[in-house]
Amino acid sequence: MKIAVCVKQVPDTWAEKTLRPEDSTLDREAPDGVLNELDEYAVEEALQIAEAHGGEVTVVSMGPARAAETVRKALSMGADAGIHVQDDALHGSDAIATSAVLAAALEGKGFDLIIFGSESTDARMSVIPAMVAERLGIAQLTFAQRVSVSGSDVTIERVTDYGFDTITASMPAVVSVVEKINEPRYPSFKGIMAAKKKPVETLGVSELGLDVAAVGQAAAWSAVEDFAARPPKPAGTIVADEGEGGARIASYLTEQKFI
Amino acid sequence: MAPVLVLAEHDAANGAVKKVTLELLTLARRLGEPVAVWFGAGSGDALELLGQYGASTVYVADGSGVTDHPVVPMVDVLAALVADVSPAAVLVPSSADGKEVAGRLAVRTGSGVITDAVDIDASGVATQSVFGGSTVVHSKVTSGTPIYTVRSNSVAPEAAPTTCTAQPVSVEVSDVAKKATVTDRTVASKGGRPELTEAAVVVSGGRGVGGPEGFSVIEKLADSLGAAVGASRAATDAGWYPHQYQVGQTGKTVSPQLYIANGISGAIQHRAGMQTSKVVVVVNKDAEAPIFELADFGVVGDLFEVVPQLTDEIEKRAN
Repeated sequence: MKIAVCVKQVPDTWAEKTLRPEDSTLDREAPDGVLNELDEYAVEEALQIAEAHGGEVTVVSMGPARAAETVRKALSMGADAGIHVQDDALHGSDAIATSAVLAAALEGKGFDLIIFGSESTDARMSVIPAMVAERLGIAQLTFAQRVSVSGSDVTIERVTDYGFDTITASMPAVVSVVEKINEPRYPSFKGIMAAKKKPVETLGVSELGLDVAAVGQAAAWSAVEDFAARPPKPAGTIVADEGEGGARIASYLTEQKFI
Repeated sequence: MAPVLVLAEHDAANGAVKKVTLELLTLARRLGEPVAVWFGAGSGDALELLGQYGASTVYVADGSGVTDHPVVPMVDVLAALVADVSPAAVLVPSSADGKEVAGRLAVRTGSGVITDAVDIDASGVATQSVFGGSTVVHSKVTSGTPIYTVRSNSVAPEAAPTTCTAQPVSVEVSDVAKKATVTDRTVASKGGRPELTEAAVVVSGGRGVGGPEGFSVIEKLADSLGAAVGASRAATDAGWYPHQYQVGQTGKTVSPQLYIANGISGAIQHRAGMQTSKVVVVVNKDAEAPIFELADFGVVGDLFEVVPQLTDEIEKRAN
């Protein structure tokens, strides 16, 4: 079985994130770049499926040069090979272009499953898996809290606001997984050493057969007009509880007409 | 006026129109003439409410397996409507389904998409609150039919009564949609509380709750206010409360009228999920906890004393 797992390098989850004044894109230099936390679950799920059913796992990432660290991180967890799409022309790409790039990198390689995390912790759009499925014309099984593979079929439990839907499809399929579907493994020392020797293919936009004019900020189908730091909230009323804290909140809520 | 398509989200089990649908109709009126699009059965009972919030028409896509496959049949129908009625915009809720519908529709119709808008003005400029609410961004779609996903509780629904007529649309579920099939729907017990992302009031607990049994105090306060219950990541990671109730960067984003944070320190992880709440009340033992920076009203004290007293007071005042 051939499994692809798409990952993104994002600013550290715990860091303050900012936009760059010159072009309104995310400042990816200032904070540490890490493997998107939600993609760790995708990598783990890919590894578990490959371990259970046999097969190999390829990590696919689009990002600047330093995103190579993120590809290595996934390789050190146990993935077999990497594809890193890196091109200055990609800077400022919107989700539309990103999905086109990923689809081009994935297409024709015979992947049975293409696994994503449910969202990135920076953009938080949650649209890329669906867009990639749309472009590839294959089944979309997303927001999975459980994935099982049987023969040529894959079945998931899709988290919904009322519980979950059980959804099944024949492979190939795009799958996205939610947090807590599994416990992502930590790379072992052996894994880290082995990752250094694993093959990573670095590709530019034209090598994918795409037009550089169709990606990047100038080609985006939406544009930032302006942005600003949220004005700090005026300081609220903070009181120490002297036995009447609950009653004081109740009075405040009454004033605010919540009660 | 050009029509503005609004995906009418409703409860899968009983067909009840979700509040976010009324919010979308309210926003749609700024951009054109709101027209609802309904998937599945139950639109008949919704006509009056949709009309009350300004929808003159509801396109009804029912039958032909439209609800048997995830996401894609909705894209098939909406893409056909975009071609037929040339809408000024398409508005969908920022739910999992809504975002995926928006993403695929954008690719299919050659349109730009803006997710998680909290406001849209008459010229189509959307406001987004990003990076956990620390940055406010204004953006605009520059290609095709603007597609927006809008967060719940972003605007107050405003009535604009009109008569709503149902117009059935023919459904042609595409072959690609049929590649994935819903074989079962499992409804988890919600204990009668409102849904976390839709709730007007959210009461949350964190590390300070101390254990699973401590959440009964949080739940009692929530029930006295008709609120949803949330939890910080510290609490869900510790297994004190089910994971689907996690509010934060890697959990749900909520934007209620009132958010009551109990025993939550307020790390970025958590603030990212609740910073746009209108009014924030905090109870925490630690006067230095960063969550107090967000508080409109805060009490430094033991939540096991403050919260039960608050619950009692609310019940007293309600009677």
